[in-house]
Amino acid sequence: MSAIDLPVRPGAAETFDCRVAFAETLAELARADKRIVAVCNDSVGSSNLNAFRDEFPDRLINVGIAEQNMVGVAAGLANAGFIPFVCCAGPFLTGRALEQIKADVAYNNYGVVLCGQSPGMSYGELGPTHHSIEDFAWMRALSDITILNPADPQQTRDAVRWAAGADRPIYMRVGRFKVPAVTPAGTAFEPGRAVVLREGGDVALIATGVLVSRALEAAERLSAQGISARVINMHTIAPLDEAAILAAARETRGIVTAEEAVVSGGLGSAVAELVVQRHPAPMRILGVPHFAPTGSASFLLDHFGLNADGLVRAAIELVG
Amino acid sequence: MSPPQERSSAAGLAETARQIRLSILDTIAAPRMGHIGGDLSVTDVLVTLFFGVMRYRPGEPDWADRDRFVLSKGHCSAALYSVLAQAGYFERSQLQSFMAPLSALNGHPNRRKIKGVEANTGPLGHGLPFAVGCAAGGRIAGAGYRTFVVLGDGELQEGSNWEAAMYAGHRGLDNLCAVVDRNRLQQGARTEDTNSLEPLADKWRAFGWDTVELDGHDHAALLRAFEAPRDGRPRVLIANTIKGKGVSFIEDRVEWHHKVPSPEQMLRAREELNRMELAQ
Repeated sequence: MSAIDLPVRPGAAETFDCRVAFAETLAELARADKRIVAVCNDSVGSSNLNAFRDEFPDRLINVGIAEQNMVGVAAGLANAGFIPFVCCAGPFLTGRALEQIKADVAYNNYGVVLCGQSPGMSYGELGPTHHSIEDFAWMRALSDITILNPADPQQTRDAVRWAAGADRPIYMRVGRFKVPAVTPAGTAFEPGRAVVLREGGDVALIATGVLVSRALEAAERLSAQGISARVINMHTIAPLDEAAILAAARETRGIVTAEEAVVSGGLGSAVAELVVQRHPAPMRILGVPHFAPTGSASFLLDHFGLNADGLVRAAIELVG
Repeated sequence: MSPPQERSSAAGLAETARQIRLSILDTIAAPRMGHIGGDLSVTDVLVTLFFGVMRYRPGEPDWADRDRFVLSKGHCSAALYSVLAQAGYFERSQLQSFMAPLSALNGHPNRRKIKGVEANTGPLGHGLPFAVGCAAGGRIAGAGYRTFVVLGDGELQEGSNWEAAMYAGHRGLDNLCAVVDRNRLQQGARTEDTNSLEPLADKWRAFGWDTVELDGHDHAALLRAFEAPRDGRPRVLIANTIKGKGVSFIEDRVEWHHKVPSPEQMLRAREELNRMELAQ
């Protein structure tokens, strides 16, 4: 496995590559349900599907480097009664096969689970061609597709289990960038129902994926400065948890959103579209403003202020 | 559970095809929209499949073992709807709502609204990958159904078709049969003047397909080709057809891709179709 290894500070929380939890859960589900198949584009290794292939050789459909065909084939497999999990690096899945996702999966309303592997800027130095930062915006523009972005291994497992039984179009990020566990034990996973990880009344930090643990760190630091920050893990980008967002708009003095995605059309846009119409509130939208320069995933997150420092700064600008 | 439909002879198919062509005229007359040229070129292929080859149950559209049919050239929906109505998926009177506001009969087929439609096609180059998935699924499940997909010839300029053709050949999906409606015209010009497809049969053979060239208006030849024994390869029928087949002033004319006949032309077209000599 070639996950990016982050330097771990002594005493820092253990971090995880969510692709491991994804692959383990998929294999566990496949043992119990023979309708589950994996579809990929020469991405057996990068999607951690080697064990799946060895255990279920007939149920690993590797179409080669052909993403349009991959998504069309997956829709056909759904028509044939299977539950396809399409495993493909995020940029090539949502970019190359966008029309297939629109027509073959979403408009057809077939139960296909599109798993954008190594999303965001986790391919760091490989550059913008290999970054998947437009996926939220592109998927949000489609009707009838659920967009999930699990924040840690537990949510990844829960999301995969839910997706297998959902029988509907789903897009899910499967993170490569190592993250700490942020989901409290016993937290139920409900798509479209955000998890409030920390209560607070001054500012709301609405984060997704990699940014969730960083928002928790920011809240801790804001607390030391006398600012009470609510932290919301928005693991579902669509459908949006409107109640949690409107409560944040009503009960705090401002909202900061944070995502490893372009600032146009993603989580921040979704939150803004809601609050501007239903309960206007001051906002800051943290994300990626432009094609990234060269650098590791970790470097790029810091470069764009997608870290605790950036979140603290934005919160203080809003309510400090 | 409804019984499988009765199979028609070639002669029966020819008469059904005449009725379907008349139905296409009626269907596009109301909205004054449609794709008459391709509708008329693909009619005999659709009629042969639905009334001579495929197994399906209109009363049980989700029957797991139904043969799958995908119309990749989804713009020829008036032909597909006419055939689906004839097959019993919905009442013929519903054809009058073709492309009307809020109608289930959209300009391109929508499986959410119309039973018998497996895939919402329209953007070209989508049907074959989808059909490959249906066929691969049937293979994995050990199911007995077959998958049929009808492609326009112009749409073979879409690269996604060749991704799918390559993979179907690689897997030896002999439960899959594609038909190319080879009318040699695309929306704006002749295929060979736009981005030539020839040597088309060689291309399919090179991708590992059992390739048959035939007259796409000859029901007996189509029946033989559809039912010929499988040989471990996917099969493609390159069905040589005439765009606008059956109406003299429409046949093989590029401008009739999606033109709609005037009321007077409609009368002439109906007369010609009623007089059309049936080969079988």
